[in-house]
This record gives sequence, C-alpha cells and structure tokens, in this order.
Amino acid sequence: MAEEEETELSDDQKKGIAKWFLVNAPAGEIQYVSKDLKLVLNDDDVYNEAASEAFPVYNKSHLISLKMPGGFGDVLVTSYGELQDNEYLDPKTAQVAIVDHVKQACTKVRPATDEELPSAYVEEYRCALEAEILKYVAEAYPKGSCSVYCTNGKGVEEPGSDFDLVVVIAAARLSPQNFCNGSWRTIWNIEFKDDIQRLELNGKLLVGAHYFEEGNVQLDTKHECRDSTMFQSPDDTAISVANLIRRHETAYMASLEESYFKLSDNTFKDLRRKLPITRTLFPWRSTRQFSLKREISEELGIGK
Amino acid sequence: MEAAMGLMRRMPPRHSETALSALLSLLPHNSSDLLSQVDLPLQVLSDDDSGKRFILCEYNRDADSYRSPWSNKYHPRLEDAPYPSSKLRQLEIEANDIFTVYCDQYYEGGISSVYMWEDDNEGFVACFLVKKDGSKTGQGRRGYLEEGTWDAIHVIEVGPEEETTRYCLTSTVMLSLTTDDVSSGTFSLSGSIRRQMNMNLPVADGHLCNMGKMIEEMEGKLRNSLDQVYFGKTREMVCTLRPPSEVLPMRLPDS
Repeated sequence: MAEEEETELSDDQKKGIAKWFLVNAPAGEIQYVSKDLKLVLNDDDVYNEAASEAFPVYNKSHLISLKMPGGFGDVLVTSYGELQDNEYLDPKTAQVAIVDHVKQACTKVRPATDEELPSAYVEEYRCALEAEILKYVAEAYPKGSCSVYCTNGKGVEEPGSDFDLVVVIAAARLSPQNFCNGSWRTIWNIEFKDDIQRLELNGKLLVGAHYFEEGNVQLDTKHECRDSTMFQSPDDTAISVANLIRRHETAYMASLEESYFKLSDNTFKDLRRKLPITRTLFPWRSTRQFSLKREISEELGIGK
Repeated sequence: MEAAMGLMRRMPPRHSETALSALLSLLPHNSSDLLSQVDLPLQVLSDDDSGKRFILCEYNRDADSYRSPWSNKYHPRLEDAPYPSSKLRQLEIEANDIFTVYCDQYYEGGISSVYMWEDDNEGFVACFLVKKDGSKTGQGRRGYLEEGTWDAIHVIEVGPEEETTRYCLTSTVMLSLTTDDVSSGTFSLSGSIRRQMNMNLPVADGHLCNMGKMIEEMEGKLRNSLDQVYFGKTREMVCTLRPPSEVLPMRLPDS
C-alpha cells in the first residue's frame, strides 16, 4: 500500500483531484478552497487548468449572482442564461454579461441581440412572470435574486406552439466571520402546453448550510415537486404561477422546520440517546466491584 | 499541511474519505501526519474466534493486521506482533465488557471496542470506540433514518498512577444522517467535531470508573453541541435565507 502512495501522479490525475475539491466547495467557499488547494498542489499550471474547468461548473451549479458594470444590477450565472462559455444573458435588462469565472466577476456587458431574446409573444409571458416573481422574491427572501429565462421555443410568435420558461431563485448568505455560509436555490421549469392549454411546473429546491467553528457540519437538502395550472393571459398566468411557487416554497420551508423540530427528539435518538434506557447516568461506580458483564447487567436489571 | 487541514474543514464531511485519499495521493510525504490528524469513519472486522465484530483503528493495528479485543488475536494472523501486558490486558477485557453494556444503554445496538497499551512514561493509553448504524436497515429502532451513522473515538492518556491520576481525553464524533420522505425530499446533516477534557481523579475509584465517567460526560456534551449548536446554526442560516414568517396557506383537512 505504501508503495502505491509513493508513485507520482500524472498531471491529469492531479487536475482531476483539484477539480473535485473545487466543485465540492460549500456555497461561497470556493475562493478559500482554491487558496488552500494552490498550496497543496504546488503546481500553478495544473491548478490554473483545473480552475478554468471547475469554476464555471461551480458558478453555474451554485447560481452565483454577479454585479454588472454600468448600473445594470446583478446577473445570475446559470446554465439557462448561458450563451457561450463566459457570456450570460440577463433577461431583465436584456444585457449580456461577460463573466470571468475564476475571479467570479462580471467584466463587461453588451446589449443582447434580437436572436438572443425571445419573440414578442413569449416575452410578454416571460416579462409578466418576471414581474410577479420579483415581487415574491422581494417579500420572501431578504437577499434573493431571480431570473426568468425562455429555454425552449423562444421563436414562437403566436398561440399554437409550446414553449418553456424557467424561473431561477437564488439566495446566499455568507458570513465567514461567524463561520457560517449557506445558500437556497430553487429552479422551476414551466412548460406552456398549447394543445391542452395547461402549464406543467417542475420544481427543484436545494438548500445548503455550513457551520465550521471548531468543527465541520453541513446541511444538504433536496426536494422536487410538480404542479400544473391553466394557460391564461400573460398577467393571469404570471399570477397563478407565482402563487404556486410561493405555496410550494413556503410549504417546503415549513417542512425543513419540521425536520429540524423532529431531529433532537426523534431522529437523533436512533444514533445515540440523550440518556440511557434506564434514564439515569451509567453506574460506573459499581464497575469497581463488577468486572463481568453478566453481573453488571444483573445489577442494572437489563439482563439479556 | 495547514492548507490540507483547511481543505478537510471545508469539504462535505460525508466525503471525508475521498478527500483524505485525494490529499494522501497529492502529499505522499505527509501521509503519517494526515492519517494522525484526520479522523475517518470507523471500519469493522469480524473476529471468527468469538463471533463478534470489532472496530479497526491505528491503535490496534500492526502492519496490515488488527488485534481483536475479544480474542486478543490479530486478523489476519501476524507473528511477533505487540500485545498489552497481562495486567493491562485484564483491564482491557473488563473495559470491553463494561463498555458493551454502556453502548447497549445509550446506543441500543452498535459496535464497541476498547484498546489499551503502555506508553513511555509509566502510564497507559486507552482508546474507546463506538460505531452505530442508525439507519432503518441497520439498528435504527424507530426507523426514522434513511441513512445514519455515528462514530465516536475517545483516546485517554492516563498518567503514572498516583493518588490522583491525570486523565487527558480527546474525543471525536463523526456523524451523518439523512431522512427522506415524499413531502419534504431528502434532508441530510453530516459533520464532525473534536474536543478535549483533562481531569485529575482519585485512582481509588478505579481507572474504568474514572475513564467511563469522563467519556459519558464528553459524549453527552458532544451530542448536545451537535444537536443544539451545530445543527442549530445551520437551521438559523436557513431561516436567514428565507425567514419562515409567512403563514402557511390553510391546508384542506385531508388527513
């Protein structure tokens, strides 16, 4: 075994390991991980290559939010708004953000071209939904960001064809000084089905939290749900979709609270009880006289 | 080395084995430091002589073999392997028996092992280990957990025997738990913490009594701080991200 460990790793193997560490960094901690990783690797070429591949994956899966220059507000880095490797559409402002993944910064913006934006017909639905979701996010998340993208059928010009919108909501709270970071991410895929005049919603909700003062404890949750509603006018559709999302997310938050509530009294007990079955501390003192298990069991009245 | 430990503090605890093996392959020259500073979920072997299972760790290992606390034999067999003195072995046997009862009471199952060996300054060191699989397919009596493990490592250095003897305890608990149901999806928490406790205790009470009480107190503290502090902090974080102030819309009484 010792000999295997001595064999020198190839650069490709090192890069693979480096990418694993970067991609598995908790919310908001990839820069810290990369700093430590650089020291451990001690090979800038391998690190730079790994970083250039891992950061885009991390940024998109964590739905990071970056400030665009020129007062355009923030852009979410998501696979739904990805036009090219480093170009991300911000549908709210119809701007395209040029992103430096490794620095996690938006360096430039340019206006989106007509081809990059949905048709006027789809845009009416998208824009109405965005307005409702913005309202909801402002109410429910103290520091939330959201975007509504058209991911399918953006060229549809009039009723008669299907198209898809995706709602992305992301909230992150980073307080490394308090040894705590966390993120809330929800992605709602909405299929506008023209033939049956219905909308199918598929939601994916992900929550993570990391507390690391003298320890390392992480929460990781995942939930998926579906719902559907009627295909109506843009404004009515937007209101009913936003209501469904609000209802599911509120219920999910309640179920998280419930999981925490059950944790200390029920769930944790299956790992270790707070007190022994006898509900009194273990009688260590009597172990001086009792050296055999059987006798001790009898003493405790729990003979097998 | 510091950077490597920094990485271990950030990687998801449930991936600690992958993270450690990655670090070992990147830093082969630091392997002994890494192995001694990073705690990993415990492994178990079966002792054919006694029919019982025992826990593997650095303290019962020699070469690639591990000594069972039940039969005192190395698995696989090993010539010229070290054994505790017969006096210490006697204490080890008692400790294993009593600790099994202790674990039954607190863990309602699980595997335990205690190992002891002489150290260089006339005292000895004892290592108490517990491994519990609390999943519903394992030994979770209540069936709440899809997946659930608790690993506890307590290492006690016992000073030279005097009227009051010094006991230095270092404890680590590693746990992971996952619940899964249709209405709320998967909910998983994992983590590890390590704490120390030093005490001077009258040797007249007996080493087992002294060590046992310290371990019981420490396990209680660790469990409590995981439950209240560590899990509590992650819950606080979730509530900061999305405050649960909104009142849930009335649900139809369908149940």
